[in-house]
Amino acid sequence: MKLILHVWRQKNPAQAGRMVRYEANDVNPDMSMVELLDVVNEELILKSEEPIAFEHDCREGICGSCGFMINGIAHGPEAATTVCQLSMRHFKDGDELYIEPWRAKAFPIIKDLVVDRSAFDRIIEAGGYISVPTGSAPDGNVILVPKDASDRAMDAAACIGCGACVAACPNASAALFTGAKIAHLGLLPQGQPERHQRALSMVRQFNAEQFGSCTNIGECEAVCPKEIKLEVIARMNRDFIHASLS
Amino acid sequence: MLLDSRAPSGPIEKLWDQARFEMKLVNPANKRKHTIIVVGSGLAGASAAATLGELGYNVKCFCFQDSPRRAHSIAAQGGINAAKNYHGDGDSVFRLFYDTLKGGDFRSREPNVYRLAQISVDIIDQCVAQGVPFAREYGGTLANRSFGGAQVSRTFYARGQTGQQLLLGAYQALERQVDSGHVQMFPRTEMLDLVVVDGHARGIVTRNLVTGRIESHAADSVVLATGGYGNVYFLSTNAKGSNCTAIWRAYKHGAAFANPCFTQIHPTCIPVSGEYQSKLTLMSESLRNDGRIWVPKKAKDKRPPNQIPEDERDYYLERRYPSFGNLVPRDVASRNAKAVCDEGRGVGETGLGVYLDFSDAIRQFGVDLVRERYGNLFEMYQRITDEDPYKVPMRIYPAMHYAMGGLWVDYFLMSTIPGLFVTGEANFSDHGANRLGASALMQGLSDGYFVLPYTVGDYIAGTKLEKIDASHSAFTRAEAGVTELTARLLGIQGRRTVDWFHRRLGKIMWDDCGMSRTAAGLESAISQIRELREEYWKDVKVAGSADDLNQSLEKAGRVADFFELGELMCLDALHRKESCGGHFREEYQTADGEAQRNDEEFSYVAAWEYKGADQAPVLHKEPLTFEYVHPSQRSYK
Repeated sequence: MKLILHVWRQKNPAQAGRMVRYEANDVNPDMSMVELLDVVNEELILKSEEPIAFEHDCREGICGSCGFMINGIAHGPEAATTVCQLSMRHFKDGDELYIEPWRAKAFPIIKDLVVDRSAFDRIIEAGGYISVPTGSAPDGNVILVPKDASDRAMDAAACIGCGACVAACPNASAALFTGAKIAHLGLLPQGQPERHQRALSMVRQFNAEQFGSCTNIGECEAVCPKEIKLEVIARMNRDFIHASLS
Repeated sequence: MLLDSRAPSGPIEKLWDQARFEMKLVNPANKRKHTIIVVGSGLAGASAAATLGELGYNVKCFCFQDSPRRAHSIAAQGGINAAKNYHGDGDSVFRLFYDTLKGGDFRSREPNVYRLAQISVDIIDQCVAQGVPFAREYGGTLANRSFGGAQVSRTFYARGQTGQQLLLGAYQALERQVDSGHVQMFPRTEMLDLVVVDGHARGIVTRNLVTGRIESHAADSVVLATGGYGNVYFLSTNAKGSNCTAIWRAYKHGAAFANPCFTQIHPTCIPVSGEYQSKLTLMSESLRNDGRIWVPKKAKDKRPPNQIPEDERDYYLERRYPSFGNLVPRDVASRNAKAVCDEGRGVGETGLGVYLDFSDAIRQFGVDLVRERYGNLFEMYQRITDEDPYKVPMRIYPAMHYAMGGLWVDYFLMSTIPGLFVTGEANFSDHGANRLGASALMQGLSDGYFVLPYTVGDYIAGTKLEKIDASHSAFTRAEAGVTELTARLLGIQGRRTVDWFHRRLGKIMWDDCGMSRTAAGLESAISQIRELREEYWKDVKVAGSADDLNQSLEKAGRVADFFELGELMCLDALHRKESCGGHFREEYQTADGEAQRNDEEFSYVAAWEYKGADQAPVLHKEPLTFEYVHPSQRSYK
């Protein structure tokens, strides 16, 4: 089949970007979205044009490197699917795809579809961990964790840090990302000693990075490739308020 | 070149305690004066950087991804082994040691493997305390499963995302040290050369992948935790960015490369579907617990699977290995799939696939139980292939998965260059000729959390190092070399892309240095690789410039190194005139087609020394001795 791509091209943060039209003929329905970009890039290189810069690594939907907007939807039309696993059979012959980078003040564009998501690392750095020096841990079964708590912690811990939640949010909020880590660690007994300080530090950092606030719109949940639930934001708010008042 | 394993002698269960006692210590007040470079931020790198930072060293950690959390350890699905014996089902440190050594077909070093088994239990404790959400029983204790044909339940797991959760644990520990100022993180930075001064590893030269700037970093010790080299095959289960550049450039500075031909092909991957294919997706091998593998009895049988009657199907693993059936180890399952496809009995459009059929399991246990066990895997399969495995058998085919070979290291994980340490998949040390399932995560974390922090300290305390910084002439020279190489790649402006060459290299490697190998095939592969490499340096086309983000340039440098490594792998495979683990030489098999090891002549680690661009590498042998486990022929009949 044949697809028309309109791709955001921007050489660097200083220069203005623009949409550029490409035609992809011979699209195999089994291809993934990033494999389609590979094919387009091979042709560009042979024409001595710069290939489209986009991030990708594992191509199994787990590393969180890839991600861009397709027709205004973060990671494209398929639910719970990153662009590296989005197969072209979900599109029809002749479809036009508008491909743009994540857009958020806290994610400055580096080049084309590549943005700087290091703000996420700094949020984790601010407190997204349990302080346990190597070698000081008690036997694993000394800490009993109810199965339900462990399962819910795992649901939140499944976050891959791709940034789709921020890109989809009209406020460009990182509440789902931050809440997921606060929920993961706060649901476990091991996470209790630092629970409230963690929420305080991480939320302060998320504000300092100029992410917007959460106004319960829910776009983040709708596009999250790992189906992280909005309730993690509620947990974050609860822990943050508790910490702020005590 | 001297290959001294420096393994202590004495009763094996006391070796690591004794070695730790004998190690020299660095005064806590002096640790911050010592800089340690860690390249790579996967399980081995992140855990080492976090722990070294916690001890007080000045750590600089580098990764090519935009964040340390993206390293490919994140993609490991199944689990991590530990000899906890929480189930009282007969597991012990000695049993895990024995299984790992036997699984590796007796081509690894006893003291290293024993230490790995010992440390396995500490890893679980550490990760639980960090908040890794391991699966739990209703009573709150840790759950286990048996994995990869092990007869005990020793695998700990976090759904199908164990690697992700362990890596996030290590990443969070690392970020905690970044916050405390002990670790400085350099993401989007690729190591392009190692700097050796007076015979000691003293730093690295890197390229900033955003600005293109070439930079030098001096240190007292360098740790390489840069993963495996499976992408030499182009198609593999590795991440697209995984590469051999760091270890290959270290090899060129004198670090011996051990057992490069020991690579693991994983039997249960989704088959290739077209020319555009960029990588292969692994399906957990737990599928083989209930799925039955078969192909049509007749060659070129193009009927859909449900129209092939039972008596015209060949359940070849069950037929050949009545006692293990579909659960034979990875190397055996892979080789047999290739054999039936070579006979023209492969399925799917390409003929390179075999059926993995769940219809009997569904009949026997009901669709709900099958969904509960494998639902997420079935969904993943359907997402990629658009076929419903509840209705049609899955099609699977083996794919390159893991490199057991890597840079040679001693018991202290130090390479043949003093001060250069190598950990995780990048070294060769613990898996011999074949790695068991759920053991890669164990090794990465064992090395990083519990071995290196001691052994690097011992090296620093015991070595008098002259003070140098990045203005030293060795750095200037290395920077010039790297800049020259980049300019050369950009200057060729030929007619073929990097991927075009990489695919061809991968095909040569897969055909002749893949699941089964012959002397004639390997010799032909070596000459084909040389020809293709020559063409590469004349006809490759790299777009863009050296001074900004240029993914095509990054790839070009990595593929240049894969060409050289590929040749060394073939050379190693050619010299090893036996079959063992993942290395199957067709000339050396038993009458019924099984791998035939030759302990008399090949019970050694093959460590190759670089001698220059136009010189043949020199082979050194570290003999392997077995005091505790008697080498036997593996049999799964």
